[in-house]
Amino acid sequence: MDIDEHEHVIEVTDLKRVYGGGFEAVRGITFSVARGEIFALLGTNGAGKTSTVELLEGLAAPAGGRVRVLGHDPFRERSAVRPRTGVMLQEGGFPAELTVAETARMWAGCTSGARPEAEVLQRVGLAGKHGVRVKQLSGGERRRLDLALALLGDPEVLFLDEPTTGLDAEGRRDTWALVRELRAAGTTVLLTTHYLEEAEGLADRLAILHAGRIAVSGTPAEVTAGRPSRMSFELPDGYFLGDLPPLADLGVCGHESDGRVVRLRTTELQRTATGVLTWADRAGVELRGLDVRSASLEEAFLGIAQEQGVAA
Amino acid sequence: MSGVRMDAAGGGRGAGTGTADGETSGVHMGAGGTVGGMRGAFAPSARRLRALARAELALLGRNRGVVFTALAVPLAIPFTMRPALDQLDLAKAGLSIGTTLLTTAIGFSFLFAVYTALVSAYVARREELVLKRLRTGELSDTEILTGTALPPVLLGLAQALVLCAGCAALLHTGAPKAPYLLLPGLLAGLVVSAALAALTSSFTRTAESAQVTALPLMFLSMAGSGISVPTEFMPDRLASVCELLPLSPAIRLVRGGWTGQLSAYETLGALATALAWTIVAVFAVRRWFRWDPRR
Repeated sequence: MDIDEHEHVIEVTDLKRVYGGGFEAVRGITFSVARGEIFALLGTNGAGKTSTVELLEGLAAPAGGRVRVLGHDPFRERSAVRPRTGVMLQEGGFPAELTVAETARMWAGCTSGARPEAEVLQRVGLAGKHGVRVKQLSGGERRRLDLALALLGDPEVLFLDEPTTGLDAEGRRDTWALVRELRAAGTTVLLTTHYLEEAEGLADRLAILHAGRIAVSGTPAEVTAGRPSRMSFELPDGYFLGDLPPLADLGVCGHESDGRVVRLRTTELQRTATGVLTWADRAGVELRGLDVRSASLEEAFLGIAQEQGVAA
Repeated sequence: MSGVRMDAAGGGRGAGTGTADGETSGVHMGAGGTVGGMRGAFAPSARRLRALARAELALLGRNRGVVFTALAVPLAIPFTMRPALDQLDLAKAGLSIGTTLLTTAIGFSFLFAVYTALVSAYVARREELVLKRLRTGELSDTEILTGTALPPVLLGLAQALVLCAGCAALLHTGAPKAPYLLLPGLLAGLVVSAALAALTSSFTRTAESAQVTALPLMFLSMAGSGISVPTEFMPDRLASVCELLPLSPAIRLVRGGWTGQLSAYETLGALATALAWTIVAVFAVRRWFRWDPRR
């Protein structure tokens, strides 16, 4: 099999998942991930992230649609896919009474072409924990053990379901660095997260799931494009919204105010900011709580949740 | 020590996969193509089973309660039953106190060292999401079930062999008269116990409730399979029904192996019953085994 840069390592077509009670967790989603790409699935709790990833991991058969991982059906052709994938579930899944080293040894024995356990444990910062029982690890350490085992077989494709949940800021940065290293080495990574900055900083492309459907997908820049930037500040005492220059002239496309705090949405952030700041300068007033931010994934995320909420 | 374990795991594999192969073929057959047939699949499969069984052995060793029950009950209970057995005219049924106590002990070994120990192991692994995590890896479903079962099954086998040797030496039972029945008997008991443990775990919510869900088979087997009272002392009609219970053929074969009083017809009947139970259990496990926690 020749390695094609544009080869789609993961292909999902009109995928559906229905649970026993009839609940439709995934309602027809389509996306693909190219080799060496980091793809993030975002969404609120219950949006269908884990339900989707479990289908990609081959833990369940879809109710409809098609999944291909490395060209194979991950559920029906398990033995063709598993030696080439690494998986980190949302929750551990290791016997509490085994030590870290025993867990790694067991997993290595079940993994073809496994790297030395010590090396992988070192890589995730668990070098000093070999003799510690899993039940005595902190939540963050358990996540890192899980990551270590997912990496044991040098997988071509890595599925990470909320890899940094429960990690402290430093642990989270370490994990991000590790994922970037893996991408540099050509690993394809599919991750779910509800940390928006994680997706923004890490993912080449992403999809935001809402109620089992993809609300929007693309590069972080594409997803945030067209989303308004925001500016907010407190009006000084004695001033009213009407004292500002006409908002439409500043490129503002929406605003809200409780009389004190003013929030502006704009597609031309520089023009809006300049206009407001120039006005404040001329009036000789200070704008407390001044906050100016360009469109971020958070805007997109909240916007989608709102729009879809209204639509539903 | 690890050498012993490795050999044991390798040796036990034949027994385990015999049942389990059919088990997940429905799920897994399609995947065989890339592996290159049985020969190519054998070595990695044995390696995975060994790795899993080794971890399970460590876990078994750390579960004091289960180890104590598994080791103590089969050794202690039969001797508390001796006074009751003395009331029966064993000789008339062609039995001796030694062979009766031996089969009782081996029956308890099937029930406590294998069956109940394994029900709680399957349930605990499922509830800890270990089974789910293992399914994301290269192990097949069959390998997961077999690897988890190996330590208790080997413990049961070792216990049965120790009991045989101990009874022969201490209770003057002498050598078994039909030793070729002993092995199929032990095998049937171990395999049926393990398969029924997997099935029972599907209907068991927590490791604690395993103490309740395991009771029906325990009672049924103790009362009806000739573990407490040899079926020879039952009314004929009741005995012929009891012979169909899951562990009855194993007990009959073991006892027959010792007394040499099982006709070819009876032997075939026992083997067929054991096989039928194995097939039923394997199908039921394929249909009902739960890999995800019950919530």
